[in-house]
Amino acid sequence: MATVATPMKKLLNDPAEVVKESLAGLAAAHRDLVRYDAEAQILVRAAPADKVGLVSGGGSGHEPMHGGFVGVGMLDAACPGEVFTSPVPEQMLAATKAVDAGKGVVHIVKNYTGDVMNFKLAAEDAEDEGIQVESVLIDDDVAVQDSLYTAGRRGVGATVLAEKIAGAVAERGGDLAAVAGLARRVNEKARSYGVALSSCTPPAAGSPIFDLPDGEMEVGIGIHGEPGRERRPLGSAGEIAELMIEAVVSDLAPAGGAAVLPFVNGMGGTPQLELYLLYGEIERRLRERGLRPERRLVGSYITSLEMAGAALTLLELDDELTELWDAPVHTPALRWGA
Amino acid sequence: MRTTTIHAWMTQVAESVKDRRDYLTQLDAAIGDGDHGVNMDRGFEAVGKALAAQNGAVPPGKLLTLAGKTLVSTVGGASGPLWGTAFRRAGRTLGDAEEFDGQDLLAALRAALDGVVELGAAQPGDKTMVDALGPAIDALAASLDAGEPLEVALAAATAAAEDGARATVPLQARKGRASYLGERSIGHQDPGATSAALIMAALQLAVERES
Repeated sequence: MATVATPMKKLLNDPAEVVKESLAGLAAAHRDLVRYDAEAQILVRAAPADKVGLVSGGGSGHEPMHGGFVGVGMLDAACPGEVFTSPVPEQMLAATKAVDAGKGVVHIVKNYTGDVMNFKLAAEDAEDEGIQVESVLIDDDVAVQDSLYTAGRRGVGATVLAEKIAGAVAERGGDLAAVAGLARRVNEKARSYGVALSSCTPPAAGSPIFDLPDGEMEVGIGIHGEPGRERRPLGSAGEIAELMIEAVVSDLAPAGGAAVLPFVNGMGGTPQLELYLLYGEIERRLRERGLRPERRLVGSYITSLEMAGAALTLLELDDELTELWDAPVHTPALRWGA
Repeated sequence: MRTTTIHAWMTQVAESVKDRRDYLTQLDAAIGDGDHGVNMDRGFEAVGKALAAQNGAVPPGKLLTLAGKTLVSTVGGASGPLWGTAFRRAGRTLGDAEEFDGQDLLAALRAALDGVVELGAAQPGDKTMVDALGPAIDALAASLDAGEPLEVALAAATAAAEDGARATVPLQARKGRASYLGERSIGHQDPGATSAALIMAALQLAVERES
Protein backbone atom coordinates (compact mmCIF):
# COMPACT_ATOMS: atom_id res chain seq x y z
CA MET A 1 0.00 0.00 0.00
CA ALA A 2 1.69 3.19 -1.13
CA THR A 3 2.15 5.98 1.37
CA VAL A 4 2.44 9.68 0.72
CA ALA A 5 5.96 10.86 1.48
CA THR A 6 5.27 13.87 3.66
CA PRO A 7 7.84 14.45 6.39
CA MET A 8 6.39 13.46 9.73
CA LYS A 9 5.63 16.15 12.28
CA LYS A 10 5.83 14.97 15.86
CA LEU A 11 6.94 16.27 19.21
CA LEU A 12 10.15 14.34 19.67
CA ASN A 13 13.92 14.62 19.55
CA ASP A 14 15.63 11.54 18.11
CA PRO A 15 12.99 9.05 16.86
CA ALA A 16 15.06 6.18 18.26
CA GLU A 17 14.71 7.55 21.80
CA VAL A 18 10.98 8.26 21.77
CA VAL A 19 9.92 5.51 24.16
CA LYS A 20 12.59 6.15 26.78
CA GLU A 21 12.09 9.91 26.78
CA SER A 22 8.32 9.56 26.97
CA LEU A 23 8.52 7.15 29.91
CA ALA A 24 10.85 9.49 31.77
CA GLY A 25 8.37 12.30 31.18
CA LEU A 26 5.43 10.23 32.38
CA ALA A 27 7.26 9.31 35.57
CA ALA A 28 8.24 12.94 36.14
CA ALA A 29 4.63 14.04 35.70
CA HIS A 30 3.28 11.40 38.08
CA ARG A 31 6.12 10.81 40.50
CA ASP A 32 3.69 10.23 43.35
CA LEU A 33 2.27 7.22 41.51
CA VAL A 34 4.90 5.73 39.23
CA ARG A 35 8.65 5.31 38.99
CA TYR A 36 10.60 4.58 35.81
CA ASP A 37 13.41 2.06 36.04
CA ALA A 38 15.40 3.02 32.95
CA GLU A 39 17.85 0.15 33.39
CA ALA A 40 15.15 -2.53 33.42
CA GLN A 41 12.94 -0.48 31.11
CA ILE A 42 9.82 -0.85 33.25
CA LEU A 43 7.38 1.39 35.12
CA VAL A 44 6.62 0.38 38.70
CA ARG A 45 4.12 1.59 41.24
CA ALA A 46 5.82 4.15 43.49
CA ALA A 47 4.53 2.75 46.78
CA PRO A 48 4.83 -1.05 46.75
CA ALA A 49 2.01 -2.95 48.39
CA ASP A 50 1.75 -6.32 50.07
CA LYS A 51 -0.65 -8.02 47.69
CA VAL A 52 -0.89 -10.12 44.57
CA GLY A 53 1.08 -8.31 41.89
CA LEU A 54 -0.55 -7.25 38.63
CA VAL A 55 1.67 -6.79 35.62
CA SER A 56 0.95 -6.04 32.01
CA GLY A 57 2.89 -4.75 29.07
CA GLY A 58 3.07 -4.53 25.37
CA GLY A 59 4.33 -2.32 22.61
CA SER A 60 4.42 1.42 23.17
CA GLY A 61 2.21 3.63 21.06
CA HIS A 62 -1.00 2.74 22.91
CA GLU A 63 -0.69 5.30 25.71
CA PRO A 64 -1.98 5.63 28.30
CA MET A 65 -1.99 1.84 28.15
CA HIS A 66 -0.21 0.35 30.07
CA GLY A 67 2.10 2.78 31.95
CA GLY A 68 -0.76 5.21 32.57
CA PHE A 69 -2.58 2.48 34.49
CA VAL A 70 0.16 1.88 37.06
CA GLY A 71 -0.73 3.07 40.56
CA VAL A 72 -3.31 2.28 43.20
CA GLY A 73 -6.07 -0.15 42.36
CA MET A 74 -4.88 -1.12 38.90
CA LEU A 75 -1.45 -2.24 37.58
CA ASP A 76 1.61 -2.58 39.80
CA ALA A 77 4.01 -2.55 36.89
CA ALA A 78 4.06 -2.10 33.13
CA CYS A 79 6.59 -3.29 30.55
CA PRO A 80 6.79 -1.02 27.51
CA GLY A 81 8.32 -2.33 24.31
CA GLU A 82 9.37 -0.26 21.30
CA VAL A 83 6.46 1.28 19.40
CA PHE A 84 4.07 -1.49 18.34
CA THR A 85 6.60 -4.16 19.32
CA SER A 86 6.11 -6.43 22.26
CA PRO A 87 8.62 -6.05 25.09
CA VAL A 88 11.22 -8.68 25.82
CA PRO A 89 11.20 -11.34 28.57
CA GLU A 90 13.85 -9.55 30.65
CA GLN A 91 11.52 -6.59 31.11
CA MET A 92 8.63 -8.78 32.13
CA LEU A 93 10.77 -10.74 34.56
CA ALA A 94 12.11 -7.55 36.12
CA ALA A 95 8.57 -6.22 36.51
CA THR A 96 7.37 -9.50 37.99
CA LYS A 97 10.18 -9.53 40.54
CA ALA A 98 9.63 -5.87 41.39
CA VAL A 99 6.00 -6.45 42.34
CA ASP A 100 6.29 -9.88 43.88
CA ALA A 101 5.29 -9.77 47.54
CA GLY A 102 5.22 -13.53 47.90
CA LYS A 103 1.54 -13.80 46.97
CA GLY A 104 1.99 -14.47 43.29
CA VAL A 105 1.77 -12.27 40.21
CA VAL A 106 -0.85 -12.07 37.47
CA HIS A 107 0.26 -11.29 33.92
CA ILE A 108 -2.38 -9.70 31.74
CA VAL A 109 -1.41 -10.67 28.21
CA LYS A 110 -3.05 -9.25 25.11
CA ASN A 111 -3.49 -11.89 22.45
CA TYR A 112 -0.77 -10.97 19.94
CA THR A 113 1.79 -13.53 18.86
CA GLY A 114 4.72 -11.48 20.14
CA ASP A 115 3.15 -10.61 23.49
CA VAL A 116 2.10 -14.19 24.10
CA MET A 117 5.53 -15.62 23.24
CA ASN A 118 7.54 -13.13 25.26
CA PHE A 119 5.27 -13.30 28.30
CA LYS A 120 5.41 -17.09 28.16
CA LEU A 121 9.20 -17.05 28.23
CA ALA A 122 9.12 -14.58 31.12
CA ALA A 123 6.58 -16.58 33.12
CA GLU A 124 8.84 -19.62 32.84
CA ASP A 125 11.80 -17.58 34.03
CA ALA A 126 9.74 -16.26 36.95
CA GLU A 127 8.59 -19.73 37.92
CA ASP A 128 12.23 -20.82 37.84
CA GLU A 129 12.87 -18.14 40.44
CA GLY A 130 10.06 -19.39 42.64
CA ILE A 131 7.44 -16.77 41.77
CA GLN A 132 3.97 -18.10 41.05
CA VAL A 133 2.59 -16.55 37.91
CA GLU A 134 -0.95 -16.75 36.49
CA SER A 135 -1.29 -15.59 32.90
CA VAL A 136 -4.59 -14.20 31.68
CA LEU A 137 -5.11 -13.90 27.93
CA ILE A 138 -7.27 -11.07 26.61
CA ASP A 139 -8.85 -11.70 23.20
CA ASP A 140 -11.98 -9.57 22.98
CA ASP A 141 -11.82 -8.27 19.39
CA VAL A 142 -14.67 -9.71 17.32
CA ALA A 143 -13.34 -8.46 13.99
CA VAL A 144 -11.01 -11.42 13.64
CA GLN A 145 -12.34 -14.93 13.21
CA ASP A 146 -11.11 -17.01 16.09
CA SER A 147 -10.17 -19.99 14.00
CA LEU A 148 -7.34 -22.31 13.24
CA TYR A 149 -6.52 -20.02 10.36
CA THR A 150 -5.61 -16.82 12.14
CA ALA A 151 -3.47 -15.75 15.07
CA GLY A 152 -6.71 -15.57 17.07
CA ARG A 153 -8.69 -12.61 18.32
CA ARG A 154 -6.75 -9.52 19.28
CA GLY A 155 -6.68 -8.20 22.83
CA VAL A 156 -8.00 -4.65 22.75
CA GLY A 157 -10.38 -2.59 24.94
CA ALA A 158 -11.23 -5.34 27.40
CA THR A 159 -7.60 -5.09 28.55
CA VAL A 160 -8.33 -1.75 30.20
CA LEU A 161 -11.44 -3.08 31.90
CA ALA A 162 -9.67 -6.24 33.05
CA GLU A 163 -6.77 -4.25 34.49
CA LYS A 164 -9.15 -2.03 36.45
CA ILE A 165 -11.34 -4.83 37.77
CA ALA A 166 -8.54 -7.28 38.56
CA GLY A 167 -6.64 -4.37 40.08
CA ALA A 168 -9.50 -3.74 42.49
CA VAL A 169 -9.52 -7.39 43.57
CA ALA A 170 -5.79 -7.34 44.20
CA GLU A 171 -5.90 -4.01 46.04
CA ARG A 172 -8.39 -5.32 48.56
CA GLY A 173 -6.31 -8.44 49.22
CA GLY A 174 -7.76 -10.98 46.81
CA ASP A 175 -5.65 -14.08 46.26
CA LEU A 176 -3.94 -15.09 43.04
CA ALA A 177 -6.81 -17.25 41.81
CA ALA A 178 -9.37 -14.52 42.53
CA VAL A 179 -7.39 -11.80 40.75
CA ALA A 180 -6.80 -13.97 37.70
CA GLY A 181 -10.38 -15.25 37.79
CA LEU A 182 -11.92 -11.78 37.64
CA ALA A 183 -9.62 -10.75 34.82
CA ARG A 184 -10.72 -13.85 32.88
CA ARG A 185 -14.36 -13.09 33.60
CA VAL A 186 -13.98 -9.63 32.11
CA ASN A 187 -12.46 -11.18 29.01
CA GLU A 188 -15.30 -13.67 28.70
CA LYS A 189 -17.97 -10.99 29.13
CA ALA A 190 -16.53 -8.26 26.91
CA ARG A 191 -16.38 -7.85 23.14
CA SER A 192 -14.89 -5.09 21.02
CA TYR A 193 -15.02 -3.70 17.50
CA GLY A 194 -13.28 -0.66 16.05
CA VAL A 195 -13.28 1.63 13.04
CA ALA A 196 -10.48 3.85 11.72
CA LEU A 197 -10.67 7.10 9.81
CA SER A 198 -6.92 7.35 9.31
CA SER A 199 -3.76 5.32 9.78
CA CYS A 200 -0.91 6.43 12.03
CA THR A 201 2.81 7.14 11.72
CA PRO A 202 5.23 5.27 13.97
CA PRO A 203 8.26 7.50 14.68
CA ALA A 204 10.69 4.92 13.34
CA ALA A 205 8.71 4.47 10.13
CA GLY A 206 8.40 8.17 9.37
CA SER A 207 5.25 7.87 7.30
CA PRO A 208 1.72 6.47 7.73
CA ILE A 209 1.41 2.70 7.75
CA PHE A 210 -1.29 2.82 5.14
CA ASP A 211 -3.19 5.36 3.09
CA LEU A 212 -6.85 5.91 3.87
CA PRO A 213 -8.39 8.16 1.23
CA ASP A 214 -11.08 10.73 1.95
CA GLY A 215 -14.54 9.33 2.15
CA GLU A 216 -13.40 5.89 3.30
CA MET A 217 -13.03 4.10 6.60
CA GLU A 218 -11.41 0.87 7.76
CA VAL A 219 -13.65 -1.41 9.79
CA GLY A 220 -12.62 -4.18 12.13
CA ILE A 221 -9.32 -2.54 13.14
CA GLY A 222 -6.66 -3.39 15.67
CA ILE A 223 -4.44 -1.08 17.66
CA HIS A 224 -1.22 -1.27 15.69
CA GLY A 225 -2.13 0.90 12.75
CA GLU A 226 -2.61 -2.12 10.56
CA PRO A 227 -5.40 -2.15 7.99
CA GLY A 228 -8.73 -3.53 9.20
CA ARG A 229 -10.86 -6.37 7.89
CA GLU A 230 -12.45 -4.22 5.20
CA ARG A 231 -12.49 -0.79 3.72
CA ARG A 232 -15.88 0.87 3.26
CA PRO A 233 -17.30 4.26 2.42
CA LEU A 234 -17.24 6.54 5.44
CA GLY A 235 -20.43 6.18 7.48
CA SER A 236 -22.12 8.67 9.77
CA ALA A 237 -21.67 8.36 13.53
CA GLY A 238 -25.09 6.71 13.72
CA GLU A 239 -24.15 4.16 11.09
CA ILE A 240 -20.82 3.46 12.78
CA ALA A 241 -22.54 3.06 16.16
CA GLU A 242 -24.95 0.56 14.62
CA LEU A 243 -22.10 -1.35 12.99
CA MET A 244 -20.14 -1.55 16.25
CA ILE A 245 -23.12 -2.59 18.36
CA GLU A 246 -24.24 -5.24 15.89
CA ALA A 247 -20.74 -6.71 15.79
CA VAL A 248 -20.28 -6.93 19.56
CA VAL A 249 -23.83 -7.80 20.60
CA SER A 250 -24.23 -10.56 18.03
CA ASP A 251 -21.05 -12.17 19.36
CA LEU A 252 -21.48 -11.50 23.09
CA ALA A 253 -25.22 -12.31 23.13
CA PRO A 254 -25.89 -10.59 26.47
CA ALA A 255 -28.94 -11.63 28.44
CA GLY A 256 -32.10 -9.69 27.63
CA GLY A 257 -32.18 -6.52 29.73
CA ALA A 258 -28.60 -7.06 30.93
CA ALA A 259 -26.65 -4.31 32.66
CA VAL A 260 -23.72 -3.29 30.49
CA LEU A 261 -20.68 -1.03 30.50
CA PRO A 262 -20.08 0.57 27.10
CA PHE A 263 -16.49 1.73 26.72
CA VAL A 264 -16.07 4.08 23.77
CA ASN A 265 -12.36 4.33 23.13
CA GLY A 266 -10.64 6.92 20.97
CA MET A 267 -7.79 5.61 18.84
CA GLY A 268 -5.70 8.69 19.66
CA GLY A 269 -6.44 11.06 16.82
CA THR A 270 -10.16 11.61 17.37
CA PRO A 271 -11.31 14.57 19.47
CA GLN A 272 -13.52 14.26 22.57
CA LEU A 273 -16.17 16.18 20.68
CA GLU A 274 -16.60 13.20 18.37
CA LEU A 275 -16.13 10.50 21.00
CA TYR A 276 -18.97 11.86 23.10
CA LEU A 277 -21.14 12.23 20.02
CA LEU A 278 -20.49 8.58 19.20
CA TYR A 279 -21.14 7.59 22.81
CA GLY A 280 -24.56 9.22 22.69
CA GLU A 281 -25.42 7.30 19.52
CA ILE A 282 -24.25 4.08 21.11
CA GLU A 283 -26.06 4.49 24.42
CA ARG A 284 -29.32 5.30 22.67
CA ARG A 285 -29.09 2.23 20.50
CA LEU A 286 -28.15 -0.02 23.40
CA ARG A 287 -31.27 1.11 25.27
CA GLU A 288 -33.34 0.50 22.15
CA ARG A 289 -32.13 -3.09 22.27
CA GLY A 290 -33.26 -3.40 25.88
CA LEU A 291 -29.77 -3.28 27.38
CA ARG A 292 -29.05 -1.10 30.44
CA PRO A 293 -25.86 0.98 30.38
CA GLU A 294 -25.12 1.22 34.12
CA ARG A 295 -21.47 2.27 33.91
CA ARG A 296 -19.45 3.77 31.10
CA LEU A 297 -16.00 4.89 29.98
CA VAL A 298 -15.39 7.40 27.20
CA GLY A 299 -11.94 8.58 26.16
CA SER A 300 -8.68 7.60 24.52
CA TYR A 301 -7.35 4.85 26.73
CA ILE A 302 -5.90 2.26 24.35
CA THR A 303 -4.66 4.13 21.35
CA SER A 304 -2.78 3.59 18.15
CA LEU A 305 -0.59 6.70 18.17
CA GLU A 306 -2.53 9.36 16.28
CA MET A 307 -4.92 7.09 14.39
CA ALA A 308 -8.31 8.74 13.97
CA GLY A 309 -11.09 6.38 14.88
CA ALA A 310 -12.88 4.73 17.75
CA ALA A 311 -13.73 1.35 19.15
CA LEU A 312 -16.56 0.04 21.29
CA THR A 313 -15.93 -2.46 24.05
CA LEU A 314 -19.13 -3.75 25.62
CA LEU A 315 -18.88 -5.48 28.99
CA GLU A 316 -21.85 -7.40 30.34
CA LEU A 317 -21.97 -6.49 34.02
CA ASP A 318 -22.93 -8.40 37.12
CA ASP A 319 -23.07 -7.05 40.67
CA GLU A 320 -19.51 -8.08 41.45
CA LEU A 321 -18.03 -6.58 38.28
CA THR A 322 -19.95 -3.35 38.89
CA GLU A 323 -18.75 -3.09 42.47
CA LEU A 324 -15.16 -3.73 41.44
CA TRP A 325 -15.40 -1.14 38.66
CA ASP A 326 -16.54 1.41 41.27
CA ALA A 327 -13.67 0.58 43.64
CA PRO A 328 -11.10 3.35 44.11
CA VAL A 329 -8.36 3.76 41.54
CA HIS A 330 -5.54 6.31 41.32
CA THR A 331 -3.31 6.10 38.28
CA PRO A 332 -2.12 8.69 35.76
CA ALA A 333 -5.00 7.88 33.41
CA LEU A 334 -7.89 6.81 35.64
CA ARG A 335 -8.85 8.18 39.00
CA TRP A 336 -11.92 7.91 41.15
CA GLY A 337 -12.62 7.30 44.80
CA ALA A 338 -8.96 7.86 45.80
CA MET B 1 33.27 -24.01 8.73
CA ARG B 2 34.17 -22.67 12.17
CA THR B 3 33.76 -19.79 14.61
CA THR B 4 34.96 -17.25 12.07
CA THR B 5 32.22 -18.43 9.74
CA ILE B 6 29.57 -17.64 12.33
CA HIS B 7 31.09 -14.22 12.93
CA ALA B 8 31.08 -13.56 9.19
CA TRP B 9 27.52 -14.82 8.85
CA MET B 10 26.14 -12.66 11.62
CA THR B 11 28.07 -9.63 10.37
CA GLN B 12 26.63 -10.15 6.92
CA VAL B 13 23.08 -10.55 8.28
CA ALA B 14 23.44 -7.29 10.19
CA GLU B 15 24.60 -5.54 7.02
CA SER B 16 21.85 -7.03 4.86
CA VAL B 17 19.13 -6.26 7.36
CA LYS B 18 20.33 -2.68 7.79
CA ASP B 19 20.55 -2.28 4.05
CA ARG B 20 17.05 -3.69 3.46
CA ARG B 21 15.52 -2.19 6.57
CA ASP B 22 13.18 0.17 4.74
CA TYR B 23 12.13 -2.56 2.32
CA LEU B 24 11.27 -4.91 5.21
CA THR B 25 9.41 -2.05 6.89
CA GLN B 26 7.44 -1.43 3.72
CA LEU B 27 6.49 -5.10 3.40
CA ASP B 28 5.42 -5.11 7.04
CA ALA B 29 3.42 -1.91 6.62
CA ALA B 30 1.35 -3.55 3.90
CA ILE B 31 0.21 -6.47 6.01
CA GLY B 32 1.31 -5.58 9.52
CA ASP B 33 2.41 -2.63 11.60
CA GLY B 34 5.61 -1.63 9.87
CA ASP B 35 8.15 -2.53 12.53
CA HIS B 36 9.86 -5.64 11.14
CA GLY B 37 12.78 -3.82 9.52
CA VAL B 38 13.53 -1.70 12.58
CA ASN B 39 13.26 -4.65 14.95
CA MET B 40 15.52 -6.97 12.98
CA ASP B 41 18.04 -4.17 12.46
CA ARG B 42 18.15 -3.47 16.19
CA GLY B 43 18.49 -7.17 16.99
CA PHE B 44 21.28 -7.99 14.58
CA GLU B 45 23.16 -4.84 15.46
CA ALA B 46 23.08 -6.04 19.06
CA VAL B 47 24.18 -9.52 17.94
CA GLY B 48 27.17 -7.94 16.19
CA LYS B 49 28.19 -6.16 19.39
CA ALA B 50 27.67 -9.25 21.55
CA LEU B 51 29.74 -11.42 19.23
CA ALA B 52 32.50 -8.84 18.86
CA ALA B 53 32.91 -8.91 22.63
CA GLN B 54 33.71 -12.63 22.52
CA ASN B 55 37.29 -13.84 22.20
CA GLY B 56 38.22 -16.25 19.44
CA ALA B 57 38.11 -19.33 21.66
CA VAL B 58 34.32 -19.64 21.69
CA PRO B 59 33.08 -22.58 19.60
CA PRO B 60 30.67 -21.80 16.73
CA GLY B 61 27.72 -23.44 18.49
CA LYS B 62 28.11 -21.20 21.52
CA LEU B 63 28.26 -18.13 19.31
CA LEU B 64 24.99 -19.10 17.68
CA THR B 65 23.41 -19.62 21.09
CA LEU B 66 24.64 -16.18 22.15
CA ALA B 67 23.19 -14.71 18.96
CA GLY B 68 19.86 -16.36 19.76
CA LYS B 69 19.78 -15.07 23.32
CA THR B 70 20.70 -11.58 22.14
CA LEU B 71 17.87 -11.60 19.63
CA VAL B 72 15.34 -12.60 22.30
CA SER B 73 16.56 -9.71 24.48
CA THR B 74 16.48 -7.05 21.82
CA VAL B 75 14.10 -7.73 18.96
CA GLY B 76 10.78 -8.09 20.73
CA GLY B 77 7.60 -9.01 18.89
CA ALA B 78 7.28 -12.51 17.57
CA SER B 79 10.50 -12.32 15.55
CA GLY B 80 12.62 -12.11 18.70
CA PRO B 81 11.46 -15.38 20.26
CA LEU B 82 11.26 -17.12 16.88
CA TRP B 83 14.74 -16.24 15.62
CA GLY B 84 16.06 -16.51 19.16
CA THR B 85 14.83 -20.07 19.39
CA ALA B 86 16.11 -20.84 15.90
CA PHE B 87 19.68 -19.79 16.63
CA ARG B 88 19.69 -21.30 20.11
CA ARG B 89 18.59 -24.68 18.77
CA ALA B 90 21.14 -24.46 15.97
CA GLY B 91 23.83 -23.58 18.47
CA ARG B 92 22.87 -26.41 20.77
CA THR B 93 23.03 -28.87 17.87
CA LEU B 94 26.59 -27.83 16.98
CA GLY B 95 27.65 -28.40 20.60
CA ASP B 96 31.28 -27.66 21.47
CA ALA B 97 32.76 -28.70 18.12
CA GLU B 98 35.26 -26.21 16.75
CA GLU B 99 34.56 -27.11 13.14
CA PHE B 100 31.44 -28.20 11.36
CA ASP B 101 30.68 -29.40 7.85
CA GLY B 102 27.72 -29.27 5.52
CA GLN B 103 25.89 -32.13 7.23
CA ASP B 104 26.40 -30.54 10.65
CA LEU B 105 25.05 -27.27 9.30
CA LEU B 106 22.05 -29.08 7.87
CA ALA B 107 21.33 -30.70 11.23
CA ALA B 108 21.66 -27.33 12.95
CA LEU B 109 19.27 -25.67 10.50
CA ARG B 110 16.77 -28.50 10.85
CA ALA B 111 16.86 -28.05 14.61
CA ALA B 112 16.38 -24.32 14.11
CA LEU B 113 13.31 -24.88 11.96
CA ASP B 114 11.92 -27.44 14.42
CA GLY B 115 12.28 -24.86 17.18
CA VAL B 116 10.46 -22.24 15.15
CA VAL B 117 7.62 -24.62 14.32
CA GLU B 118 7.31 -25.80 17.93
CA LEU B 119 7.07 -22.24 19.20
CA GLY B 120 4.96 -20.68 16.50
CA ALA B 121 3.05 -23.70 15.21
CA ALA B 122 3.29 -22.43 11.65
CA GLN B 123 2.80 -24.89 8.83
CA PRO B 124 4.04 -24.57 5.26
CA GLY B 125 1.66 -22.27 3.41
CA ASP B 126 0.77 -20.14 6.44
CA LYS B 127 2.74 -17.25 4.92
CA THR B 128 5.61 -17.07 7.41
CA MET B 129 9.38 -17.47 7.70
CA VAL B 130 8.76 -21.22 7.54
CA ASP B 131 7.87 -20.80 3.87
CA ALA B 132 11.43 -19.67 3.16
CA LEU B 133 13.35 -21.76 5.71
CA GLY B 134 11.64 -25.07 4.89
CA PRO B 135 12.48 -25.00 1.16
CA ALA B 136 16.01 -23.74 1.93
CA ILE B 137 16.70 -26.71 4.17
CA ASP B 138 15.23 -29.16 1.66
CA ALA B 139 17.40 -27.73 -1.10
CA LEU B 140 20.50 -27.84 1.08
CA ALA B 141 19.81 -31.47 1.96
CA ALA B 142 19.16 -32.51 -1.63
CA SER B 143 22.29 -30.83 -2.90
CA LEU B 144 24.53 -32.28 -0.17
CA ASP B 145 23.01 -35.72 -0.70
CA ALA B 146 23.81 -35.44 -4.40
CA GLY B 147 27.44 -34.93 -3.40
CA GLU B 148 27.59 -31.30 -4.49
CA PRO B 149 30.13 -29.02 -2.83
CA LEU B 150 29.08 -26.82 0.10
CA GLU B 151 29.10 -23.59 -1.93
CA VAL B 152 26.76 -25.09 -4.51
CA ALA B 153 24.49 -26.47 -1.80
CA LEU B 154 24.31 -23.09 -0.04
CA ALA B 155 23.57 -21.34 -3.33
CA ALA B 156 20.71 -23.79 -3.88
CA ALA B 157 19.47 -23.14 -0.33
CA THR B 158 19.53 -19.37 -0.84
CA ALA B 159 17.72 -19.62 -4.15
CA ALA B 160 15.08 -21.84 -2.56
CA ALA B 161 14.66 -19.39 0.35
CA GLU B 162 14.25 -16.48 -2.04
CA ASP B 163 11.79 -18.42 -4.19
CA GLY B 164 9.95 -19.40 -1.02
CA ALA B 165 9.71 -15.80 0.11
CA ARG B 166 8.34 -14.72 -3.29
CA ALA B 167 5.93 -17.65 -3.21
CA THR B 168 4.30 -16.14 -0.10
CA VAL B 169 2.80 -13.37 -2.23
CA PRO B 170 -0.43 -15.17 -3.23
CA LEU B 171 -0.88 -16.84 0.16
CA GLN B 172 -3.44 -15.81 2.77
CA ALA B 173 -1.74 -15.35 6.13
CA ARG B 174 -2.76 -17.73 8.87
CA LYS B 175 -0.28 -16.62 11.52
CA GLY B 176 0.83 -13.38 13.05
CA ARG B 177 -0.46 -9.89 12.49
CA ALA B 178 -1.03 -10.43 8.79
CA SER B 179 -3.67 -13.04 9.63
CA TYR B 180 -5.94 -10.29 10.97
CA LEU B 181 -6.23 -9.00 7.43
CA GLY B 182 -7.63 -12.24 6.09
CA GLU B 183 -7.90 -12.11 2.33
CA ARG B 184 -6.33 -8.66 2.26
CA SER B 185 -2.98 -10.28 3.07
CA ILE B 186 -3.01 -11.90 -0.37
CA GLY B 187 -0.84 -10.17 -2.95
CA HIS B 188 1.86 -9.06 -0.53
CA GLN B 189 5.21 -10.72 0.20
CA ASP B 190 5.64 -11.82 3.80
CA PRO B 191 8.28 -9.77 5.68
CA GLY B 192 9.30 -12.70 7.91
CA ALA B 193 9.92 -14.97 4.93
CA THR B 194 11.85 -12.15 3.28
CA SER B 195 14.18 -11.63 6.21
CA ALA B 196 14.63 -15.42 6.45
CA ALA B 197 15.81 -15.41 2.84
CA LEU B 198 18.22 -12.55 3.66
CA ILE B 199 19.62 -14.63 6.50
CA MET B 200 20.20 -17.63 4.22
CA ALA B 201 21.82 -15.44 1.58
CA ALA B 202 24.09 -13.98 4.24
CA LEU B 203 25.17 -17.50 5.23
CA GLN B 204 26.03 -18.33 1.63
CA LEU B 205 28.05 -15.14 1.26
CA ALA B 206 29.91 -15.71 4.53
CA VAL B 207 30.95 -19.24 3.54
CA GLU B 208 31.92 -18.19 0.02
CA ARG B 209 34.17 -15.44 1.31
CA GLU B 210 35.95 -17.78 3.67
CA SER B 211 36.97 -20.26 0.99
